[in-house]
Amino acid sequence: MTRFAPGGPFDSDKAIPDEIKIKLQSHFGLNLPLFDQYLLYMKNLLAGDLGPSFKYVGWDVSELISLAFPVSLSLGISALLIALLIGLPAGMLAALRKNTLWDYLPMGIAMVGVCLPSFVLGPILIMVFATELKWLPALGWYSWTDLILPSLTLGLFYAAYVARLTRAGMLETLKQDYIRTARAKGASPSRVILRHAIRGGLLPVVTYLGPAFAGLVSGSFIIESIFFIPGLGKFFVTAAFNRDYTVVLGTVLFYATLIIILNLFVDFLQAWLDPKAREQQ
Amino acid sequence: MAFIRKKRSLLLTCSLAFGFLASCSAPSNVEKAIDEQILHFGLGAEPQHLDPHLATSVAAHNILSALVEGLIGEDPKTLKPVPGVAERWNVSDDKKTYTFYFRKNAKWHNGDPVTAHDFVYSYRRILNPSLGAQYASMLHVLKNAKEFHSGAKTWEKANVGVLAIDDLTLELVLENKTPYFLELLNHYSWFPVHPPTIEKFGAFEQIGTPWTKPGNFVGNGPFSLSGHRINSVIEVQANPHYWDANQTKLSGIRFYPIETSDTEERAFRTGFLHVTQSVSSDRIEYLQSKHPEWIHSEPYLGTYYYRFNVKMPPFDDLRVRKALSLSVNRKLLVEKVLKGGQQPAYCFTPPDTGGFTAKEGYSYNPEEAKVLLASYLKEKGLLTLPPIELNYNTSEAHKKVAEALQAMWKTTLGIEIQLLNMEWKVFLSSISKGDYSLARAGWIGDYVDANTFLHLWRSNDGNNLTGWSNRAYDQSLSLAEQSLTPQERFTHFQKCEDLLAQEIPILPLYFYVHVSLRHPTVQGWYPTLLDHHPYKHVYLEGKITE
Repeated sequence: MTRFAPGGPFDSDKAIPDEIKIKLQSHFGLNLPLFDQYLLYMKNLLAGDLGPSFKYVGWDVSELISLAFPVSLSLGISALLIALLIGLPAGMLAALRKNTLWDYLPMGIAMVGVCLPSFVLGPILIMVFATELKWLPALGWYSWTDLILPSLTLGLFYAAYVARLTRAGMLETLKQDYIRTARAKGASPSRVILRHAIRGGLLPVVTYLGPAFAGLVSGSFIIESIFFIPGLGKFFVTAAFNRDYTVVLGTVLFYATLIIILNLFVDFLQAWLDPKAREQQ
Repeated sequence: MAFIRKKRSLLLTCSLAFGFLASCSAPSNVEKAIDEQILHFGLGAEPQHLDPHLATSVAAHNILSALVEGLIGEDPKTLKPVPGVAERWNVSDDKKTYTFYFRKNAKWHNGDPVTAHDFVYSYRRILNPSLGAQYASMLHVLKNAKEFHSGAKTWEKANVGVLAIDDLTLELVLENKTPYFLELLNHYSWFPVHPPTIEKFGAFEQIGTPWTKPGNFVGNGPFSLSGHRINSVIEVQANPHYWDANQTKLSGIRFYPIETSDTEERAFRTGFLHVTQSVSSDRIEYLQSKHPEWIHSEPYLGTYYYRFNVKMPPFDDLRVRKALSLSVNRKLLVEKVLKGGQQPAYCFTPPDTGGFTAKEGYSYNPEEAKVLLASYLKEKGLLTLPPIELNYNTSEAHKKVAEALQAMWKTTLGIEIQLLNMEWKVFLSSISKGDYSLARAGWIGDYVDANTFLHLWRSNDGNNLTGWSNRAYDQSLSLAEQSLTPQERFTHFQKCEDLLAQEIPILPLYFYVHVSLRHPTVQGWYPTLLDHHPYKHVYLEGKITE
């Protein structure tokens, strides 16, 4: 599909003589009929070769992904941890203290969090913690402190989602008969929550986490631009603009694989958490 | 017990937080740089190539000029030729033969001496048709170079005007007298490569071999490549083998390919960068009033203009092109819209380009514009012009200019202009196919001579794309090449400019400036037309103030 977009990887604002363009195209195999190129690509793919990048000449797509993925992975994991560490307690608190200040306050903040885009939150965090207080670096990916602000920016958005999902899930579960039974049997409130309610209450969160995690670890173009992070997200966007066909295909394939694996993992996790789903299987 | 546990955890939290903050408030790059002498440089974009023969961007120039040195160097203030690998040179009486005498202590990074043979090898490589070098045409000024480059003849038969007389003497013979020849030599296409390294990686006619990666790259410049992380940083460090290593004060440079100007500004404000590549246009006014010591607006050898497609109505009629041109208030555009210190362009070549300043040919005269348009409409039996599409590539800055012109044309001529913003590659593709009627464009000079601008409008130039062709223009430009004196050349250049202003295939709007942020501790850095800053003269000194 990328081939149908007008323009090509070697177009630039200075005119390139036709013979040089032909030379460049033949170097990258773009002079072959499209179907032959496809066959060649599939053949190389089976051998694990995603081809060379047109934009970053001298680098292979698999090399670029292997450099950028660990960055996005560590950023994604820390953002997810922040999301869970903030989102889960806030959601549970809101569910348990329904219709009190402890419900309205975290849910209000979560609402703001969901609405606040990262390109607003990121620069605000930089302004406060980097420019004014000078506690943290504003950008880059050179030491562990560089991880804090971007993962907060990314994590807070997901924390807000997780909080709202946890609240809804918990409220739904707390209404169930088996909770009433547990209470009737005289289980302490903390036992009811930790032993019985939490498993059911977390189901919607777990379902959401699979794709969310895939999204997180495959990088975010906006976060990477704001914080100047060499992650995967940038390749997704710029490769399409650069008509860097191999990078477009490589990153999409990689992302697709990641989604499939994570969704499978989520299915297993759900089965473990939810006896009903296990029975159905 | 519980109390003790609480106290312990409190202690632990406090000490962690303290340790955290202590580790965080480390000195910034700019603060450390005074002692370390490391320049932190905003590069703008990740360069596509680090191979001087394949490079095509300003970003590549900024790195390559640290890693590789050509036959000659540049004066940091005037960019006039100064000795480089060649310690001196002679020019023959007919101004067509240049002989360069190499210094004995010019060394590659691995200690090999730099010889005239390396340059012959390099020029043969870039001109080799199989390499597909985009800038190989820069070397077409060499005698017979074009013939070899076109593949018509082999190197041996073509007799290209490059000769290593001995290890330390190189003779270059030119096709025509080329008054700007020495300036050309500081373009990276003329830079040498280290033959054994190229051979080792099979890169003589092969694109994209790993010879340009850290550890493999062998250059001859004041710095050597020490690290490269894609989209993160390119590091170079001072090269002890460089012949002028004593003059080089910086111990290293770090280039950061930060693409957005807002991110660059944040990086600058937190002391991460010494120099940014750009400043967001809506921040210029604020920074000029609050931080005049940071922001620098310096002339840059480039022209921002619009192209007319003269093959397509209504721009196939001179009256319409002229009417549009006469109703553009360029002064208003630069003062009220751009506000970055740009100069209004009433000709195509920026003023004082290699000594040539063109007379103002384009002008602002809305009354005449109305008359011209009325006469066209009357002849065609129209009441108004059908709406015209104006193509530009997506960018806030281009949009602002387009909107300003849209308003000017609407008020003066009553023309409806439809703004059509396009993604970069789509834009390029539509322009090169001639599938447009009016489109934005910009041109940055490759060397300081009017030829780098005026050659665009030659009939067969690949960059023309307006459909305009004029024999008198082509002739004047050829005559300029043959001219004996600068005055004679400038007369021919002026003739070209006059023809452009009469026929209006293009609409020059303003001359570029390079607006950037630069920390006051950066010394030995001067405004130059090509935005070249020979790094061996740059150093970091001064007090860091908030």
